[in-house]
Amino acid sequence: MKTIRIGTGAGYSGDRIEPAVELAEKGALDYLVFECLAERTIALAQKARLADPERGYDPLLAERMRRVLALCHAQGVRIVTNMGAANPEAGARLIADIARDLGLNGLKIAAVTGDDVLAPLMVSDVALAETGRPAAEMQAEIVSANAYLGAAPIAEALAAGADVVITGRVADPALFLGPLMHEFDWASDDWHRMGCGTAVGHLLECAGQVTGGYFADPGVKDVPRLARLGFPIGEVSEDGSVVITKVEGSGGKVSAATVREQILYEVHDPASYLTPDVTADFSGIQIEEIGPDRVRVSGATGRARPETLKVSVGYVDGYVGEGQISYAGPGAEARGALALEIVRERLGIIGLQSPELRFDLIGVNAILGGAVTGGTPAEVRARVVGRAASLREAEKIGDEVETLYTNGPAGGGGVTKSAKQVVAVMSALVPRAMAVPAVTILEA
Amino acid sequence: MKLREIAHARTGDKGDHSSIAVIAFDPADYDFLAAHVTAEVVRAKFAGIVKGEVERFEVPALGAVNFLMRNALGGGVTRSLALDPHGKCLGSALLDLDLPERQPGASKG
Repeated sequence: MKTIRIGTGAGYSGDRIEPAVELAEKGALDYLVFECLAERTIALAQKARLADPERGYDPLLAERMRRVLALCHAQGVRIVTNMGAANPEAGARLIADIARDLGLNGLKIAAVTGDDVLAPLMVSDVALAETGRPAAEMQAEIVSANAYLGAAPIAEALAAGADVVITGRVADPALFLGPLMHEFDWASDDWHRMGCGTAVGHLLECAGQVTGGYFADPGVKDVPRLARLGFPIGEVSEDGSVVITKVEGSGGKVSAATVREQILYEVHDPASYLTPDVTADFSGIQIEEIGPDRVRVSGATGRARPETLKVSVGYVDGYVGEGQISYAGPGAEARGALALEIVRERLGIIGLQSPELRFDLIGVNAILGGAVTGGTPAEVRARVVGRAASLREAEKIGDEVETLYTNGPAGGGGVTKSAKQVVAVMSALVPRAMAVPAVTILEA
Repeated sequence: MKLREIAHARTGDKGDHSSIAVIAFDPADYDFLAAHVTAEVVRAKFAGIVKGEVERFEVPALGAVNFLMRNALGGGVTRSLALDPHGKCLGSALLDLDLPERQPGASKG
């Protein structure tokens, strides 16, 4: 039976690069996939594109391509990535330039576009899920709106002979499902196969998270050599089952437990995982260790895809300022608490208008709200963070933490402060017809 | 007994919602896990953090229960003021949950 080997070269925009090189060299791959778009990445990329029309793709696109393009070309490995972010066509042009630099003339690069639905959304009455109000009412704040496209345009680009496919927003599992549809000739309404391929994509899309990353808990769940973590390979069969593995000799581990964690990661109802391609059902999945670092996964299925597409809407959400300062030794917690009280009072005295302020003692209550209580901490870090209407107002929060050096409790050290504009994301569901996918092919 | 002795967990985020998969090391412990790690228990554990509903999905095939905690991330990962805006730490904290000792004859983790 034919199997297709797909490796994951990145699970987020800033991910390590050598594991991708290791896969390109030693993975005996058919496809290398880079998944690099988190919820707000496109909104930030859109701002970069507005500043320079030839930007808006992933900041590491050039470096990644320089490291893997020649290796992939030599071994016949095709690349699929969403590193196009807000500008897949400019990303494709950049890849073509790099290919020519490397002497890879003739390399075919496909850009998948059509996910940008900002213009039609702004003239629609589609409401934001978070507010229930029409997105168009927030036109002044909104910077981007991108629909999650499915796997079909990726499969189409591969059928047209693309060596590299670069997209903007597509559903993460679609980066993997697209190659499988192309290789196995799966029909886009074969819901069972779409569900299987989506399970494969979901397992692989976070790269090291299925090979032992985000897993180690010393003494309970040990993972060898995380500094040399190997990224995953999926050996996918035509029946939709997959063996998850990694390059022999790389760090990390693939076990039933790492795979179980990843199949449920970020899933709400495991029987109804919604993507543009299918309503996937992971509830009957069977997981079996069949060898060292080899786990077979079968039993996924699916039902008809949702009628609507999800859209991520990026918007400017004001400014946030933050300051932190540390206290240590006997009485550290009390001095940290006093520091927070002082800053709270100071922000009142200077008249800071903030709709939301937060006062944390890191080491005591910053993450769990004091839900888990332990002994007396040897050191704490006081943290004040809040929203403000302008960058200057936001800066005042960190400034008031900094003045604790000479005006606050004894022994405050290590102040850090920051202020920034916030680009946040909301979501909406739109009719499928609002997003019209298109594939454009360039030759290096 | 602590939940950590029989199960591991992974936390994920989508918008303002957090999800935690709690997975038995030994699938034979699934029934015990499902009986004691309920939506109510999780809601109580994260009372100060989760503002919305807690829903539980049972996945016996994976020896797991999966929790969806709505409005748990300070308005969403991209705007939260929290130190851990993704809520990545929540699953580990849930493993501190106290469970009753198992009856003799129950499977061992």
